[in-house]
Amino acid sequence: MFGKLSLSAIPFHEPIIMGTLLMVCLGGAALLGWVTYQRKWGYLWSEWFTTVDHKRIGIMYVILALVMLLRGFADAIMMRAQQAIASADAAGYLPPHHYDQIFTAHGVIMIFFVAMPFVVGLMNLVVPLQIGARDVAYPFLNSLSYWLTASGVVLVMLSMFVGDFAATGWLAYPPLSELKFSPTVGVDYYIWALQLSGLGTTLSGINFVVTILRMRTPGMKLMQMPVFTWTALVTNILIVAAFPVLTVALALLAADRYLDMHFFTNELGGNAMLYINLIWIWGHPEVYILILPAFGAFSEIVATFSGKPLFGYKSMVYATAGIGVLSFLVWLHHFFTMGSGADVNAFFGITTMIISVPTGVKLFNWLFTMYRGRIRFTLPMMWTVAFMVTFTIGGMTGVLMAVPGADFVLHNSLFLIAHFHNVIIGGVLFGMFAAVNYWFPKAFGFKLEERWGKASFWCWVVGFYMAFMPLYVLGLMGMTRRMNHYANPAWQPYLIVAAAGAGIIALGIGFMVLQFVVSIRNRAENRDLTGDPWGGRTLEWSTSSPAPFYNFAVLPQVEELDQFWADKEHKRAYRRQERYADIHMPRNTGVGVFMAAFGTVLGFAMIWHIWWLAVAGLLGMVGSFITRAYDTDVDYYVPGAEVEKIERARLIPQPGIDHVDPAKAGQKVA
Amino acid sequence: MFVRGMLCAEFQRGIMSRTVQCMLRRDILCRSSPRHSPSVCRVESYVNKRSLCALRWSCASVAVFLGGCNMDVLSPKGDIGIQEKSLILIAMGLMLVVVIPVIAMTLYFAWRYRASNTKATYAPKWSHSTAIEAVVWTIPCIIIAILATITWRTSHTLDPYKPLQSNVKPITIQAVALDWKWLFIYPDYGVASVNEVAFPAGTPVHFEITSDSVMNAFFIPQLGSQIYAMAGMNTDLNLMANESGKFEGLSSNYSGEGFSDMHFMAVATSQQGFTDWVNKAKASASPLDAQTYHALAQPSEKQPVSYYTSVKPDLYNDIIKQYMGDMNMGRIGEPSPSQASAVPSPNDHAKASE
Repeated sequence: MFGKLSLSAIPFHEPIIMGTLLMVCLGGAALLGWVTYQRKWGYLWSEWFTTVDHKRIGIMYVILALVMLLRGFADAIMMRAQQAIASADAAGYLPPHHYDQIFTAHGVIMIFFVAMPFVVGLMNLVVPLQIGARDVAYPFLNSLSYWLTASGVVLVMLSMFVGDFAATGWLAYPPLSELKFSPTVGVDYYIWALQLSGLGTTLSGINFVVTILRMRTPGMKLMQMPVFTWTALVTNILIVAAFPVLTVALALLAADRYLDMHFFTNELGGNAMLYINLIWIWGHPEVYILILPAFGAFSEIVATFSGKPLFGYKSMVYATAGIGVLSFLVWLHHFFTMGSGADVNAFFGITTMIISVPTGVKLFNWLFTMYRGRIRFTLPMMWTVAFMVTFTIGGMTGVLMAVPGADFVLHNSLFLIAHFHNVIIGGVLFGMFAAVNYWFPKAFGFKLEERWGKASFWCWVVGFYMAFMPLYVLGLMGMTRRMNHYANPAWQPYLIVAAAGAGIIALGIGFMVLQFVVSIRNRAENRDLTGDPWGGRTLEWSTSSPAPFYNFAVLPQVEELDQFWADKEHKRAYRRQERYADIHMPRNTGVGVFMAAFGTVLGFAMIWHIWWLAVAGLLGMVGSFITRAYDTDVDYYVPGAEVEKIERARLIPQPGIDHVDPAKAGQKVA
Repeated sequence: MFVRGMLCAEFQRGIMSRTVQCMLRRDILCRSSPRHSPSVCRVESYVNKRSLCALRWSCASVAVFLGGCNMDVLSPKGDIGIQEKSLILIAMGLMLVVVIPVIAMTLYFAWRYRASNTKATYAPKWSHSTAIEAVVWTIPCIIIAILATITWRTSHTLDPYKPLQSNVKPITIQAVALDWKWLFIYPDYGVASVNEVAFPAGTPVHFEITSDSVMNAFFIPQLGSQIYAMAGMNTDLNLMANESGKFEGLSSNYSGEGFSDMHFMAVATSQQGFTDWVNKAKASASPLDAQTYHALAQPSEKQPVSYYTSVKPDLYNDIIKQYMGDMNMGRIGEPSPSQASAVPSPNDHAKASE
């Protein structure tokens, strides 16, 4: 009746897990109770859960990412603490069985459920506004994508309390992830969580490619798109091309585990190398999927706060596209030590290095955007400068490991760990923090306050260097990754420093939470009435903050790059209309929520081999979709009179470009 | 400022081309004398002074960052490791030539063009310069072209499969990754050992590596390259210790619960020491036949060092062949598949690790 599931699946004997479970239950109950007490269920359901508004979906993605960042970071702190004490073969406080799940979960969560939702959420929030669209091409699909990602999160979180999670490393290399060596449900949780969220990501990718190609406002040519939109376009093309490979790789692994097949087993002709190639053919483009939108955000920010157009726009676009193409030609550099011949290794090493050319060009372009600018050091700009310095170092160690001969001694060491945290934290995460501070007023109508934000910034930056620079040294000392304990006491001092660094990052996270709380409490002081709090250049700043649900009362006409800046300069911006036309908008729908809920049931049932429930989940999913397909009432018109009322209520700023508070910024426009 | 930037770039380009020349020549030098322990900072005198200075600075910064601790990878005791160390330092030095100016420029521009510094020039419309664009595309291209050349060559010279040049006859050692220990078989001597591998210093060692379980990686950091150990497959690795000593070895690819203890000691001995070591193994009471191997292959953690004599001929190939082709071939030391009831269930591994 319940497959492999029984009460013994709950790890009652693990005090750490039971403590966490208790906290989660109490916290969850408090949250649910509070929402009930405030009578907000109806509001949440009709305004947020069922929304198809790209801005709200974007906000929900980012909230999901921030919540999961806490979980992923808790894993990180536990690992750093374990390695700081488990020296000279001391056991530490985490047995291997638990520790191995933690480093696996940390990787999976940080990539799939922090970085990905952050990036997808940001694209949701910004791209339609930047191209002057009223929503994405497929609003319902967008809602479904979000909820499928949430399904993956539910399964990963559930694995902590019911059963276990994979103890295989974040890419679940076979044969270790095969049934023979990982007989528990851990790897099955991994497979189904990633299949569900991966489906959501693929759909998102399709959605955004179509949106950017087909929904740009009249007049906007491709070479007039803001750079963030360009990076989003390339990223989504990469998603569409790469994620199906992940789906196939995981499906084949599932076939091995469920159907007794032998794609990647040791026996009967299986070969793990096939999986490792497949997973990295997805995995390498994946890192560019994450970093490109961050590059885009930095480009917008550096131009805005330097008070200049971005230097070398065309270079930037070609560099982005070049990186996109090259990202598919480098996957083998993740396993130079698998015994490929020298020609093959050298080929992939060199293609990897070639990627650093367009990446280097981007850095120079940001530099020359700052050159002869008037740089206002707001939080987004501070994150950008920190990124430029940090990412340069990470890029250098990356190119170093692209040399096969060097990789032969650095592969799988803590040097590698330091490198990819150097680029993912210093690149993606710094980028997302910069972007959150930059676009927050557009989403909510008020700026984030700076004092706690700066405290958080400094803790993150200092903490990052303290946590990861020692890992470079440890790598050179021969320490390999994923060790539960170690014999060499010489490593310990470095690991203690790294743990202290992680502690400082924890402070940074704490200050960030405080920044949100204080900003919300003092929102009246930081209200953005103009819609253009930073002196922006691109279309999203031409509409009010927060943007109305239809984004633009009248679709903007675009004739050049940075159209909004030009409009402000020529005092053409903020024109009032005599009349407003009716606006065609998509209607909210709960089908995405239902499909994802049934998907979660399907995944859970498959994990525990509860076949009847799996059938029910699948039927529910397909049934919901068919119901939706026959629903003809999916859109409506906002009457022009209502648009007019909303627009009339908006404060119209001065039409020039001087309202950015020139006194404070020392801004003198030549 | 802009013109100065351009000049600076030109200057660096000059340095780089010379740097390469010197590296290329140095590399030829060290290839012709394999024992020569190269240090990037000691560059031959024909290199012109400016490039020497730049290289020195690059190296000095690396050295400061890395100084003061005992780093296996940077204190290699074998030929391959020595070459890899100098490769790392050369590549780092080369990249620092562009990385340091970029970081310096970032900080300088950020400071110089801060909004409160109204004395600095402000060019609110300036966003294109063909000259700068040409330079910023060219500089990375040049550096990468140099690095690519180095990469192509070293990928071949450091290819783990490539036999080492030496007058001494190489010794073959077969390494098998088991859950969670290393078995070393000496086919020429009929002995084997667990978690300790010995070989004479100054003799090229040809490792043949496989796994009888999940993927692992065979790595002795102070001797150089690592390579994956995979079931049903053989990988090759050629290393040599230049001096006697004990070097930590480990599996550098996570392989499950007992992974953290899956390290071994590599002992480079004198020729006589090696003969003694082989005799010690030969004197061992335990022959490594099929049954002993089968028992050894069961998952275990923190396995003590042990020695075996009379190793079953062709054991290594049999270990690989278990996973290849012939479906009727049983596992080593197990009853044939016709006696199905005696075959352990696939979950033995998991049970043992619980």
